[in-house]
Amino acid sequence: MTSVAEQTRAGTAGVARPGAARRASGWARRAPLLPALIFMIVVTQLPFVATLVISFMDWNAYYPDERGFAGVDNFVRVFTDVNMRDAVWTTILLTAGVVLISLLLGLGIALLLDRKFAGRGAVRTMMIAPFLVVPVAAALLWKHALYNPEYGLFNGVLTWIWGIFGADPPQPDWISNMPLWSVIFALVWQWTPFMMLILLAGLQGRPLDVIEAARIDGANNWQIFRSMTLPHLRQYLELGALLGSIYIVQNFDAVFTITSGGLGTANLPYTIYTIFYNAHDYGRASAAAVIVVLGTIIIATFALRTVSSLFREDAGR
Amino acid sequence: MSTITDTGPVPATRDERGEPVKKRREGANVWLSLLAWVVGILFVLPVVWMVLTSFHSEANAAKNPPAVFAPLTLEGYREFFTGGASPWPPLLNSLTASIVSTALVLLLAIPAAYALSIKPVRKWTDVLFFFLSTKMLPVVAGLLPLYLFAQNTGLLDNIWLLIVFYTSMNLPIAVWMMRSFLSEVPVEMLEAAQMDGANLTKTLRSVIAPVVMPGIAATALICFIFSWNELLFARVLTATVAETAPVFLTSFVTSQGLFLAQLCAAAFVVSLPVLIAGFAAQDKLVQGLSLGSVK
Repeated sequence: MTSVAEQTRAGTAGVARPGAARRASGWARRAPLLPALIFMIVVTQLPFVATLVISFMDWNAYYPDERGFAGVDNFVRVFTDVNMRDAVWTTILLTAGVVLISLLLGLGIALLLDRKFAGRGAVRTMMIAPFLVVPVAAALLWKHALYNPEYGLFNGVLTWIWGIFGADPPQPDWISNMPLWSVIFALVWQWTPFMMLILLAGLQGRPLDVIEAARIDGANNWQIFRSMTLPHLRQYLELGALLGSIYIVQNFDAVFTITSGGLGTANLPYTIYTIFYNAHDYGRASAAAVIVVLGTIIIATFALRTVSSLFREDAGR
Repeated sequence: MSTITDTGPVPATRDERGEPVKKRREGANVWLSLLAWVVGILFVLPVVWMVLTSFHSEANAAKNPPAVFAPLTLEGYREFFTGGASPWPPLLNSLTASIVSTALVLLLAIPAAYALSIKPVRKWTDVLFFFLSTKMLPVVAGLLPLYLFAQNTGLLDNIWLLIVFYTSMNLPIAVWMMRSFLSEVPVEMLEAAQMDGANLTKTLRSVIAPVVMPGIAATALICFIFSWNELLFARVLTATVAETAPVFLTSFVTSQGLFLAQLCAAAFVVSLPVLIAGFAAQDKLVQGLSLGSVK
């Protein structure tokens, strides 16, 4: 993965600089970093402070006269709101579903592509295509061109297959029948290529000589996969799961487009968006945001520990 | 590790490896290759269907069973470009926001990455993880303050607000990527340059730049794609003037009647820059998405 010797090199170089010039050189070192750091703090941290303040306020844009301090009212309302609790659950299901399914599919496809065969480059290129469709466009494509019960491709293919046997084709209304799965499938289609690419890179970094030695010693494919490939892939699986989760937890496009948050598919970003954008209840939206941020911090601390261990393992290589 | 090479889709080591396997299990291999092809075709099928439908007439696009071999027409594209509101302003807005924010990101990220790898500050890992942690916080939580700020300063529906937001959205990714690429610059080369009395500008230009150029390209590609794709903030912070292409597409969410060909044309046109950039730089895509950790 990352270059690693350099990491240690870089780490020690910072400490090893001796003497009096150290303080001055410290600032010289920091100078190039400061613009980016200050920019990030201003643009990403200050808004959170504002969110925190607003979350304790009674502030609805529809009733501008009633603005004032609300104490913990907003938090009480968020915690007792059935929609919010459903949104938490939906977010977990959506994220876990998409990450797990696309990770498994991605692993299978990466293994298929980790072999030499005619047209391997072409298949790899075909696999990447879904990831390169703009998310809103992809969601629209799935909603109207694939899922639509009257003229969508899925029901079209059903009509076509059943037509061969002269039977009456089933024409399910996919989105109404399984709203959450509709969103999950569309996202799995977009994210499997991502997982596949990361895992394929992992597979191609395997130490080949060791595997060849194991094969000569009589290990079969399954044994090699279980005890050599999978442990080697572990950090790539973790990386894929982590990055996938970061992006999918925040998904707005697919939920907004495919179901408009209806039929029990409203996840947290969508729910907060509606409290703010449709209900104009700024206080409650902020309280919800604060709770989501706190929840994320707990999960992110855990996740960051995983990442840093990933990069440390790397450093030990 | 002394140089970075732009690893192609099929690194040379793989060829040596494929051979013994191939000799052993010829039969199974044919089926697995076939399976790989089938899976690849299934995944690309919706995209192919989108492109095909975009060239069908509205009547043929709505056929069930699908009219695969219907005559091709540009009707959908004509309708998309000239039928209602023109898509050109949103497309140009997207282009502006994506290109300018990408340039800003590189401008901020490259010096920062330099201070985290080549001449690292103390506690550089903490700084690096601070950048990553901002990526984990839900963006929706910053939406409201940003909206109120824009409303009070008259920046609502202004493309510059989006540019600043996209810069902050992509900066952590860029810092991580650029740091990983800059760490690839071999110490010996830096030391040699220093001994030859090269100053900073010279070192940057003739030692560091050649090694990290592919990395900068990868970073720029990823930042461009993420800015181009973004919907939530663009939808809340823009209206008619600064509207971006994804926001323009949302007008199709609830469309009624025969519009499938037009929708597919619109989806294809808006995705085209990403499709072209992504296919042209497939490997950079992997590096970028994994924050530079997968080379």
